[in-house]
Amino acid sequence: MSDLSEYLLRLADDRLVLGHRLSEWCGHAPILEEDIALANIALDLVGEANLLLTLAAGSDASGRDADALAYTRDAIDYRNCLLVELPKGDFAVTIARQFFFSSYALAQSDALRQSSNAELSGIAVKMHKESRYHVRHSGDWMLRLGLGTDESHARLQAAVDELWRYTGELFLPDEVEQRVVAAKTGVDSSTLEAPWRAQVLDVLEQASITTPEVVWMQRGGRTGRHTEHLGHLLAEMQVLQRQHPGATW
Amino acid sequence: MSHDVSFTKDELMAVLDEVKDPEVPVLSVVELGVVRDVEVLDGSVRVTVTPTYSGCPAMAAIEHDIDEALRAHGVANVEIRTSYVPAWTTDWIPAAAREKLRRYGIAPPGPVDPEAPVQIGRRRAAVRCPFCGSMHTQLRSEFGSTACKAIHVCEDCRQPFEEFKAL
Repeated sequence: MSDLSEYLLRLADDRLVLGHRLSEWCGHAPILEEDIALANIALDLVGEANLLLTLAAGSDASGRDADALAYTRDAIDYRNCLLVELPKGDFAVTIARQFFFSSYALAQSDALRQSSNAELSGIAVKMHKESRYHVRHSGDWMLRLGLGTDESHARLQAAVDELWRYTGELFLPDEVEQRVVAAKTGVDSSTLEAPWRAQVLDVLEQASITTPEVVWMQRGGRTGRHTEHLGHLLAEMQVLQRQHPGATW
Repeated sequence: MSHDVSFTKDELMAVLDEVKDPEVPVLSVVELGVVRDVEVLDGSVRVTVTPTYSGCPAMAAIEHDIDEALRAHGVANVEIRTSYVPAWTTDWIPAAAREKLRRYGIAPPGPVDPEAPVQIGRRRAAVRCPFCGSMHTQLRSEFGSTACKAIHVCEDCRQPFEEFKAL
């Protein structure tokens, strides 16, 4: 697999896995407006993943198309960060995860608009516009939960404490990324950390949530070392194509 | 099919201007800016479309409707090409189409500024009620019945309404 395909898979898998996780709220969100909002954001993410997987498939010598990449890879071949595969948890966990990821996606798509790959740059322009809505949505909820009741505050603090250790991985460059950056196609992840922290720490403070102190950041998703949760998610997402390969309707 | 060559671009654009967006049936796919180009090629017609949102579920229906309309007009070979560059923006919706939206009960999109800082926890500028014209309205959700709409409620005429989101 080419460096570009590998890089595109990381971008795509983050969005596909998170989009699927978010879709688990469909019909279960606390209020109707929120049910619609989460399903809408899930749709954006899966749509973005489809564009990125199509582009990845085009630069992959194996001849697999976007559907084959989504539905026939095992967990070890998925390249998403660990943050997005964790169970949806309660509403506070979902919101904190969305806020962490969307803030990352906003900074990432902002920079990717300058990619030398015209197609990736075009997709990034779209992702950047959509990310702005996603950040506003989860950011507003961070404040509402943090400044709401004792219960909502406690749940959001617990969610932030639990998820924080999965945020370090977002900003770790590796050799694949360095080569894609050298080709001016991709973005150096470590440069996204400062804008991400500026935004996230500001909102945490406004929401009167204490920023966790973490001594160990989890990692492994980019090289296929996942939590046990991804396998369960894929089993559900891929079941139809696994049982009836190539089925269409 | 040699007779395809006799079609003119303006004629085909007029045909496509009759194809309505399935989710906003007051606007055509041309007014919405989804149709970017129509080319009369040797033996076929190529239509270039661009999706509104990455995950817009209406795109398949739109492509089907475009294909059907052109075939009904006598075009035998229709090729639909999807383009992502430049990215679709509500700025492409012309003034007359915005007025159609308003009369249909959907507040038209405001101007787009993708470089402005993302405002978190601030009240967004009020959107004018498409029914009574009041600015005394409240945003209920930035996500509505379709990816491209937000939900508001008018405090004066008490009417909930949708806004075509600026993108």
